[in-house]
Amino acid sequence: MARMKFICDAERCIECNSCVTACKNEHEVPWGVNRRRVVTLNDGVPGEKSISVACMHCSDAPCMAVCPVNCFYRTEEGVVLHDKDVCIGCGYCSYACPFGAPQFPSQGTFGVRGKMDKCTFCAGGPEEHGSQAEFEKYGRNRLAEGKLPACAEMCSTKALLAGDGDVVADIFRNRVVQRGKGAEVWGWGTAYGSQQAGQPAGGKS
Amino acid sequence: MMKRLVHSALAAAVALTACGEKPQTGAGIRSDAAPYAGTGSNFMQPGWKAGDKAGWEAQLKARQLYGQNEYTRTQAK
Repeated sequence: MARMKFICDAERCIECNSCVTACKNEHEVPWGVNRRRVVTLNDGVPGEKSISVACMHCSDAPCMAVCPVNCFYRTEEGVVLHDKDVCIGCGYCSYACPFGAPQFPSQGTFGVRGKMDKCTFCAGGPEEHGSQAEFEKYGRNRLAEGKLPACAEMCSTKALLAGDGDVVADIFRNRVVQRGKGAEVWGWGTAYGSQQAGQPAGGKS
Repeated sequence: MMKRLVHSALAAAVALTACGEKPQTGAGIRSDAAPYAGTGSNFMQPGWKAGDKAGWEAQLKARQLYGQNEYTRTQAK
């Protein structure tokens, strides 16, 4: 059985934010809510790394463990979803999540915290597949259309991989074997002045 | 005396009915159909039929390998 997973290849991510844009556009996510975002570590320092982060659909999800109304459920494919009709917007899941995935829209006169919203792996929610109600509450159900999450499919460098975890692992493993690691990576010497392996005799790579 | 007690008990019962807890009939999380059941919309990717689990998995795998693994497309291996 397919077990859906995300992985972001930090060697490839160029912080273009196309994953963020694709997600916002696909699901018409409101202002202030970011189901996916790009985080950059050591910004401006040589060797900086960017990574695209959203709900990782944990196998042992802490959000599920702390929810007082038990609004979360896990599908057969390992996608962690929640029922917005059950959610009370308490925010416990936000504190429990190590990835900052749960988001809370604050709209209305007093900016009242609404019901939790998060990445659905483009799998909709507990409404009829493809219905207007599903779209308004959870966004498009691309998985039921035979498609993969929009963020991964729109990734310009294919840094963000999504789909069956076994296939994701195979793709990533092959990629790492092909390109090497650290100073073995093509272009490393030119970019960072390394004298280690991977730098051709000409001095440039 | 007995009659007054019965009357007051009845009156209290009638008066307190509004204080009772409403039955909670919430069904919790509604069941979610499997993704391979399809949406029935025109946006469904061709190449598999709704309800065909194996076909859906094969479609997703093919899409994943074609769209995310450029090594298979460049034949570099």
